[in-house]
Amino acid sequence: MTKGFTQRHLLGMEKLSREEITTILDLGERFLEIADRPIKKVPTLRGKTVINLFLEPSTRTRTSFEIAAKRLSADGVNFTASSSSTVKGETLIDTAMNLDAMNPDIVVIRHAQAGSALLLSQRIRAAIVNAGDGAHEHPTQALLDASTIRAHKKKIEGLTVVICGDIDHSRVARSNIFALHTLGAHVRVAGPRSFLPIGVENLGCQAYDRIEPALEGADVVMMLRIQLERKAGNRFPNTREYARYFGLNPRRLALAKPDAIVMHPGPMNRGVEIDPGVADGPRSVILEQVSRGVAIRMAVLYLLGGGSGEEWSKS
Amino acid sequence: MPDILLRGGRVLDPAREFDAEADVLLKDGKVAAIERGLPTPGKDSKVIDVKGCWVGPGLIDLHVHLREPGQEYKENIETGTAAAAAGGFSAVCCMPNTSPPNDTRAVTDLIVQRAREKGSVRVYPIGCITQGQKGDALADMGELQEAGCVAVSDDGHGVMNSEVMRRALEYARSFRMPIVQHCEDSTLSAGGAMHEGLASTRFGIRAQPAAAESSMLARDLELVVLTGGRYHMAHISCAESVRLIREAKQRGLPVTCEVTPHNLMLTDEACAGYDTFFKMNPPLRSASDQAALHEALSDGTIDAIATDHAPHSPVEKEVEFEQAANGVIGLETALALAVELVGAGVLTPAKLVVRMSAGPAKVLGLPGGSLAPGAPADVTVIDPQAAWTCDPTRFRSRARNTPFGGRAMHGRAVLTVVGGTIVFSDERFVV
Repeated sequence: MTKGFTQRHLLGMEKLSREEITTILDLGERFLEIADRPIKKVPTLRGKTVINLFLEPSTRTRTSFEIAAKRLSADGVNFTASSSSTVKGETLIDTAMNLDAMNPDIVVIRHAQAGSALLLSQRIRAAIVNAGDGAHEHPTQALLDASTIRAHKKKIEGLTVVICGDIDHSRVARSNIFALHTLGAHVRVAGPRSFLPIGVENLGCQAYDRIEPALEGADVVMMLRIQLERKAGNRFPNTREYARYFGLNPRRLALAKPDAIVMHPGPMNRGVEIDPGVADGPRSVILEQVSRGVAIRMAVLYLLGGGSGEEWSKS
Repeated sequence: MPDILLRGGRVLDPAREFDAEADVLLKDGKVAAIERGLPTPGKDSKVIDVKGCWVGPGLIDLHVHLREPGQEYKENIETGTAAAAAGGFSAVCCMPNTSPPNDTRAVTDLIVQRAREKGSVRVYPIGCITQGQKGDALADMGELQEAGCVAVSDDGHGVMNSEVMRRALEYARSFRMPIVQHCEDSTLSAGGAMHEGLASTRFGIRAQPAAAESSMLARDLELVVLTGGRYHMAHISCAESVRLIREAKQRGLPVTCEVTPHNLMLTDEACAGYDTFFKMNPPLRSASDQAALHEALSDGTIDAIATDHAPHSPVEKEVEFEQAANGVIGLETALALAVELVGAGVLTPAKLVVRMSAGPAKVLGLPGGSLAPGAPADVTVIDPQAAWTCDPTRFRSRARNTPFGGRAMHGRAVLTVVGGTIVFSDERFVV
């Protein structure tokens, strides 16, 4: 087993130690160069089966996991909401137990409800990767974000990271707060009060109800998507007003440190939470997040699939 | 019916301020005498040694869901009342959210008849406030009462429309019928699956604020001032509601309230494992809400402990947390949890009997709640020392959805008597 990571599942960032997180980040770093090889594939997880159980619309996360599995030579199977028996009324537990009967090694689950990944981990034998459960956690997003920050800032401890937008509906925000807090960053969350969940300060961050003071002196600015599909629309008047008071534009970005980087988990609402000039500007690392996503997910699949860090470094 | 002599127990009859070791004689379905050293009655009678036990009036649960008619796969009158008897209850009030809802005399008639045929304990139906519990038009309250309903409630939903609530309070007043309100502003709770607070923020579960309860209560109390209607708040769960009820009682308004055992024993942190047996409505609240409930239960702001026994089948509970049905069962665990509160100093033995028997009887004007000579022989014998482990597979209830499975319990009913007939007895009494 790899030193520093002994979890059987990846359900969230809240309970991971700094050492465990660092193990994944270090391994992800080593997997990054595979994307630049002419043949982007290693035999590490040959013969292992990974099921992507995506019961909520998702393109990029599913594609990212799929590519990660393929690059490790695992056999990946997609099971999505539109093709699934859930539309025929089957329960999540039944769906999962049926999949488990086919003996997969890893099940990656995306589901609209908090706690669904934990529920599966209690019911089936395969290792579970939480690819987003409702508004709860999205651990691989936080890991790829940490990987991106570390690459640019050479460290995470002591940095000031601002997470802006719809914190309440955001699993990305929760996972990032937990992960960055554990890694020693000063985390700030900012947005209109109607987007700040009660007691969020207790998760290990400071809360701001306007974004300007939060941005002052920031090393990293992470913008979240306004999730209109989760009825976020009744929490603010309209997107025009939102952009005016809470969107990240060049003028607001100037409040952060001159070398601050700008991140977004995607998909972006251009012109709402982020100005196109900032999204496409020199400080944006948004596409790098996506590239690192594949490498981080390779690291996670590798660790849960039974690989060992030493073995990989020798190969 | 043979006479029953309960020998040597600690008789607790707070309605008459009686608390002493004595024998209790039950004869012809009534309490005949309470004295020390009563002579052994004739040979056809039963003499039961209850030394070390508390002997009190039968417990009364103001709030249960028996699921009959229409949802017998969850529970029915036979299994639900058997669970009640085993839990020490001699009477239960069943809520009207059956299928069809109890909004007409025919449904009440059916419940009363089934209870007579199959029931172990007394069953007092509660009818609907509005037709179909839809919150629009008043149900036939007069006929419901004539058929046997003791109160009306749209339990499961708050009556959202203020004018409908006003007219309900007024109309029910003509019949001296209490209105039992499920306080929840559904536009504010908005389907939240747990209490909104630190825990829900951590767990990412859609949540409802305590204000969804207390704001409707505040409105209702103004309507009580307007109408003089008799108002009982079901399942109070938060500190703000406690404050409002306390103030209303100080003003002399005709209001009462009840609390569930689970809200007394658990907090929202218990939802950490996304276990659907911890999901109910109103939800488990914060530790400070729990402390306020304890204080209110102790000082009498809260009149009764009522279980909100809500049986569900695995179909409704073996799903994701937010999708799961609300509700937990409580008939077979409530008494032990109340005894635990005696141990914790929240209750005394006498207060336990008040909150679980005399208090509920007074809230809805039901018979029982006292062992006065001549009263119906509804008696519960409690062994406060009995140690047991909560094993849901042994429940009489058809359902298993308890949050207390595996908990170490202290205290239980060892004998339940209804109208002079033993409806439940512990193995140790061969009767």
